Amino acid sequence: MSDTILSIGDLRVKFGDRTEAVRGLSLSVARGETHCIVGESGCGKSVTSLAVMGLLARGAIRSADHIRFRDQDLLGLPERAMARLRGDKIAMIFQEPMTSLNPAYTIGSQMAEVFERHRGAGRRAALDRAAELLERVGISGPGMRLGQYPHQLSGGLRQRVMIAMALMCDPELLIADEPTTALDVTVQAQILRLLQKLQRELGLAMLLITHDLGVVARMAQRVSVMYAGQVVESAPVSDLFAAPTHPYTRGLLACIPVPGTVRRGDPLGSIPGVVPRIPPGFVGCGFRDRCAWALPECARAVPLRQASAGHTYLCRLMPDEVRP
Amino acid sequence: MSGAFAPTGARWRLPPVRHLATLLGALIVGLAVIVALLAPAIVPHDPFLQNLDQRLIPPLWMDGGQPAHPLGTDQLGRDYLSRLIYGTRISMLIGAMTVVMSGLIGISLGVLGGFYGGRTDDLVMFLITCRLAIPLILVALTVVALVGSSLTVVSLTLGLLLWDRFAVVARTTTMQVRTLDYIAAAKAAGASRLHILLHEVLPNILVHLIVVATLEMALAILLEAALSFLGLGVPPPLPSWGLMIAEAKDYMFFSPWIIMIPGIALFVLVMGINLLGDGLRDLLGVERPR
Amino acid sequence: MTPAIEVRNLYRSFQQRGQAVRAVDGVSLSLAAGEVLGVVGESGCGKSTLARLIMGLLPPGSGEVLVDGRRLAGMDRRERARLIQPVFQDPYSSLNPRQRIRDIVGLPLAAQGALPKRRQRDLVMEMLARVGLSSDMAERLPGQLSGGQRQRVAIARALVLHPRIVVCDEPTSALDVSVQAQILNLLADLRRELGLTYLFISHNLAVVEHIATEVAVMYLGRIVEQAPVEALFRAPAHPYTRALLASVLTPDPAQGIPDVGLGEDYPDPANIPAGCRFHPRCPQAFDRCATIMPDNIRRDGRLVECLLAVPPPGGGYG
Repeated sequence: MSDTILSIGDLRVKFGDRTEAVRGLSLSVARGETHCIVGESGCGKSVTSLAVMGLLARGAIRSADHIRFRDQDLLGLPERAMARLRGDKIAMIFQEPMTSLNPAYTIGSQMAEVFERHRGAGRRAALDRAAELLERVGISGPGMRLGQYPHQLSGGLRQRVMIAMALMCDPELLIADEPTTALDVTVQAQILRLLQKLQRELGLAMLLITHDLGVVARMAQRVSVMYAGQVVESAPVSDLFAAPTHPYTRGLLACIPVPGTVRRGDPLGSIPGVVPRIPPGFVGCGFRDRCAWALPECARAVPLRQASAGHTYLCRLMPDEVRP
Repeated sequence: MSGAFAPTGARWRLPPVRHLATLLGALIVGLAVIVALLAPAIVPHDPFLQNLDQRLIPPLWMDGGQPAHPLGTDQLGRDYLSRLIYGTRISMLIGAMTVVMSGLIGISLGVLGGFYGGRTDDLVMFLITCRLAIPLILVALTVVALVGSSLTVVSLTLGLLLWDRFAVVARTTTMQVRTLDYIAAAKAAGASRLHILLHEVLPNILVHLIVVATLEMALAILLEAALSFLGLGVPPPLPSWGLMIAEAKDYMFFSPWIIMIPGIALFVLVMGINLLGDGLRDLLGVERPR
Repeated sequence: MTPAIEVRNLYRSFQQRGQAVRAVDGVSLSLAAGEVLGVVGESGCGKSTLARLIMGLLPPGSGEVLVDGRRLAGMDRRERARLIQPVFQDPYSSLNPRQRIRDIVGLPLAAQGALPKRRQRDLVMEMLARVGLSSDMAERLPGQLSGGQRQRVAIARALVLHPRIVVCDEPTSALDVSVQAQILNLLADLRRELGLTYLFISHNLAVVEHIATEVAVMYLGRIVEQAPVEALFRAPAHPYTRALLASVLTPDPAQGIPDVGLGEDYPDPANIPAGCRFHPRCPQAFDRCATIMPDNIRRDGRLVECLLAVPPPGGGYG
């Protein structure tokens, strides 16, 4: 499909011989679509994004059936070619706006650098483009901002700058790793609105990584729920919230207090236990130690089932067994 | 989440090359400690015994060497190996005493300044600045002129002067630790200031101070050698390596081993201490959060 | 009944890069025993500074804090420890990485110096069990525990002296969602069992709604609204509270991202606006908001600091 911007098939990432961070992840993101990877810490979601970008640390072993950006294979791509893609066709924004920007350089010079490097443009042209994008992300007085240093801006503004910087070269794919987690809740709403607007205007494919199911519900078209390195459930967003099937997804949804629906005095739903570290050679379901439905067979290979069209999950339970 | 950027795994893993270097450092320092402690027992001859018949005998591997004096003899016929061994003792003694004294002074000042801040810190910074402005050699000269030179005088002088790095490192690490929540929790728990300084702050900055200690020890040894070379340090006939080098410079061209042997010994010991210090820093290194 | 905590006209500012930052700018509140006061607000609102002032970890610039009717200033540290204890946000920096769990939890007891060591040890083990940790945890170091387990240790340490009041400063914000719920349930259970009073600071409104009985909303150093929890969430009166509530993203795919209408400005405690401190961002601001500081309007157990909340002569809220 020429509409598929990013396609990942059976991605596996190992750190030396100590941990398997990602154990067989597959997903695809189409043009104009937001695909959310949601999970808690240690589930492998950030490692996935770094694996796609080729930014894993030394000592990490990445393997997959395929990682494709449009028709281009990323898996076997040499570093130089990958570097040409990064910041150009594939852009990434990170969680911490405090540390993503270099404090020693002005906003303008950091943004211009991206454009100069990838488009071979001169400084004047690059700065013009930067100003144009700062306006686009809702920053007023862009000329003045270009001359400012990161420490002079608030967290929300810095994140807007990060977004503008990511857009400098008209990317086709935007990978956003927890872009609003470090921000206040009112600023979060603004930034997410901005991302949605830009995506509509530019037809961006977006891979959005988050732990917040609220963000997922409002932003995503498709969702992959990750746990212990695997996608335990994958579905269109409305299906996921209407009919969550995997016990982990259901447990996660039960944990979240929703304002207005809180019944005081009742305990919050919770999932007992802690997120496990997966050693190499681990077989079976990573969730079994915390799952109320676990059986001995869960220690063997787990079947991939289909709940409905486009809605799959990794569990021995049948769809009607899960829902009461 | 940032685990992808940093190597995972146990703290005790080191890349092989650095590991070997640390081991080498530990061996050198360990050997020096043993030699220093056992010096009277293992020394083949009396290092102070002059024998003018046996002057300037070359070491065993050169023409004219004798098995009785494996490293030869110096210009007064004293066995060089024995002098070297006793010299190790002097160097290690000076190193240890200086580190203990300067450590106590510097760590106390640094921790107090770093923890209390305000006027206290201003005072500590002022003292550090004053100390840095003092030229060591001139002070040593003055002290020796007033009091005369001896092992004790050298140790005291160095110990009272070399505390600045301890103070600076103790101060900055204390300032970092001070803002952490477990300090606030200890205060809330009702612990006294003294308890917090000794049990909450100190154990967490000790790692950095150990590294400083090894560096300061190496520095003290080198300084003592330099002072002795200038005649301001340990008085003759004590076999300080610096003094041996000074006495050997008149014979440098005819009997080069006399100057080379203590020089190499100094080099090896100081390098060993620094390697050990580097290795300790890596081994005990900063714990990453999560 | 003596309130568990009473704060009168508390002010505290800091010097940062030559500027005066007014972190807490005139806060008064009163918390009855057995209640849970949730304090919500975003960065720069001063809630963490307020927590530290109430715990006596910071001296106020002016104003006073009374705990159990007694003035906090000048109180003996051991007496204060028996009255009020903290649970901090970051489970990684709130435990001394070089101490064993039993020593960490035992520190408040050791500082009191009143009980024999064996009795102290028993109390520590008892408290560890109470917070859901197995006894073999006592010999471990914090680095060997997960975030949720460390937070349990922090709670055990806070409760080992059976204090009256526990100040929780974002106790679950650094934890995973599934673990958050465990810790919140634990806190709720312990409050019932031990008859505790909580000051619960959080930026997460849904969590506050779950655990608090009364909620105070802070903005740039002042409490701009305070009300019993159901009333606040059902009918928020201050425009900032409304914006906060509207910003919370519930997991409802049918809804998009709300436009809260707050504009680009951000709150900077080093540059507090004249008049109503919220007016540059307020969607309902009008001309007088820029010049006149609104009074505290107290009515029916609620408090609002907004010019719009001045009740018309007939009574009721605007």
